[in-house]
Amino acid sequence: MSIFLTKDSKVIVQGMTGSEGTKHTTRMLASGTNIVGGVNPRKAGQSQDFDGKLVPVFGTVADAVKETGANVSVIFVPPKFTKDAVLEAIEAAVPLVVVITEGVPVHDTAAFFAAAQASGTTRIIGPNCPGIITPGESNAGIIPADIAGQGRIGLVSKSGTLTYQMMYELRDFGFSTAIGIGGDPIIGTTHIDALQAFQDDPDTDAIVMIGEIGGDAEERAAAFIKENVTKPVVGYVAGFTAPEGKTMGHAGAIVSGSSGTAAAKQEALEAVGVKVGKTPTETANLMREIMQSLTK
Amino acid sequence: MDLMEYQAKTVFAKHGVRTTVGEVVTTPEEARAAAEKIGGRVVVKAQVKTGGRGKAGGVKLASSPDEAEEKAREILGLDIKGHVVKILNIVPAAAIAEEYYFSFLVDRANRNYLCIASAAGGMEIEEVAHTNPEAVAKISIDPATGVDEAKAREIAVAAKYPEDVLDAVVPEIVKLYDVFIAEDASLVEVNPLVKLADGNVEALDGKVTLDENADFRHPEHAEFEDIAAADPLEAAAKAKGLNYVKLDGSVGIIGNGAGLVMSTLDVVAYAGEEFGGVKPANFLDIGGGASAEVMANGLEIIISDAQVESVFVNVFGGITACDAVANGIVQAFELLASRDEHVTKPLVVRLDGNNAEEGRRILDEAGLAGLERVDTMDGAAKRAAELAAK
Repeated sequence: MSIFLTKDSKVIVQGMTGSEGTKHTTRMLASGTNIVGGVNPRKAGQSQDFDGKLVPVFGTVADAVKETGANVSVIFVPPKFTKDAVLEAIEAAVPLVVVITEGVPVHDTAAFFAAAQASGTTRIIGPNCPGIITPGESNAGIIPADIAGQGRIGLVSKSGTLTYQMMYELRDFGFSTAIGIGGDPIIGTTHIDALQAFQDDPDTDAIVMIGEIGGDAEERAAAFIKENVTKPVVGYVAGFTAPEGKTMGHAGAIVSGSSGTAAAKQEALEAVGVKVGKTPTETANLMREIMQSLTK
Repeated sequence: MDLMEYQAKTVFAKHGVRTTVGEVVTTPEEARAAAEKIGGRVVVKAQVKTGGRGKAGGVKLASSPDEAEEKAREILGLDIKGHVVKILNIVPAAAIAEEYYFSFLVDRANRNYLCIASAAGGMEIEEVAHTNPEAVAKISIDPATGVDEAKAREIAVAAKYPEDVLDAVVPEIVKLYDVFIAEDASLVEVNPLVKLADGNVEALDGKVTLDENADFRHPEHAEFEDIAAADPLEAAAKAKGLNYVKLDGSVGIIGNGAGLVMSTLDVVAYAGEEFGGVKPANFLDIGGGASAEVMANGLEIIISDAQVESVFVNVFGGITACDAVANGIVQAFELLASRDEHVTKPLVVRLDGNNAEEGRRILDEAGLAGLERVDTMDGAAKRAAELAAK
């Protein structure tokens, strides 16, 4: 078991024939992902060769779903075209849409998130995220598959490289699923969604949650943990030294006035019993202790 | 990107929102000329991207051109919360009957839009929300349906705007929503939105934050960029396409990925506590690729910061393997030397992740002057802080 993504996931790639799409489709295939097709209206009917594996290209998401039974779409198209690509996947009732693209206007995200909510069938992960990996089963996005293998830790993070760093630190334990939810102001899957899914997943024993400055998602996650999560949770928050009013790389990573600070997030998490590490390594060590006590 | 008041009002006017853009000046003499042109009493308003201008003495009434020049002289150069006043907006003094508050913003928590509106305007809305929460209406907006006349009326009623202004305020709300969507703004705030003596409703002030991710469909927004006010290092970094934020400390930071770089700043600041409060000098995310050229450009920006005493390169090899990053660093040194620039500050490099062993070997063999390798992030941060403190 795992969350959102399993070995049975049939993945299509929107933007597969572009340079980023091609590069990461190659990597996803190499890590065992069942990629059943790509989408590009100008190359419909062709197929693309990935080290000897031919992947068919469809003109529309609907065609790809009809022909292959795809239930996951990973999106690599440029920001200008991302909204339409996501809307197309929602219309084709794809259950999971992973939006890797960085730089999507927030009004576009608001529009496709509203459409996904209205559809009642599509979960969106991202945008501006590294995607989701269930090690040994499937990899939808750009998380390097060779960092860590299968295990019983669940990981949810706003940041891509901190996801990799944490997986690397805890590679001796491995992960049920690791999910990068992205650092934009509006995201399709939140810390809370992932926490709920990990809580319900029988193959996840403990959860690492990585947050960063901006908004109050971590504070809300803390309130959620208090009421709903019985599994141990360890946290990390980035951005204690970020100045007020400056965007730190991620579009959503900004302290506005006194809101969105790392200190407030740490305090909220600690108040509900979540241990928060001062550095990624210290955080990993806190999780290490928990995993060791669980296996005793 | 935050707009100044006169820029926000210019954008409002473009969408038909009733407002007075007035004159934009940068000297007391120009302020006098503007006041003469407008005639009658004018208001001289400091243009800075921060709140609390009034309290800080940045907004003054002048009853003659002489007085406008005098007030302009007082306000220009004023430091308002770290923002030095260089631009003034001169507008005719309005006959204000009532003041309200109004805003549209992106609601991160509910992942839609929020309208905040109140009949109590002119003051800080946070203060009103704190002392008299019932006076502040918060109305959720569905991005799929937006704000039409009916929704605008619902908002105006919820805000407890007086009955006699409803017909005047409703069309302004619809037009402000048009500004919010059509201009790709993440915030449109009017404080105060005023009822004039003649019964009309006007945006007396404006605060707009534009979404830079949407710049591709708004080439016209480039004119709002305040290049002169930007930090010179930040401007140079932006010109090279680097994601850089200048900070006050002495440890230059280069890393890959926004989250990891933010984390690096924190870890350096923690480590720096031991060395008399050494702090990071900047945020610089060179992204997943970390090519030699990007690394060289990044190093160039950092070593040109006079405050920098040591540099910490913190890379986790994920998509890009560490051997490629190591080669990038070696080539960056060569590239900088060819530009006749040299890395004179000690450099601490931490490489971990994909192909880390190979990357470390490449760095060791290159034997670059002043470069030290430390294998852990916490250890490297400590070393960089120590070197900066020396």
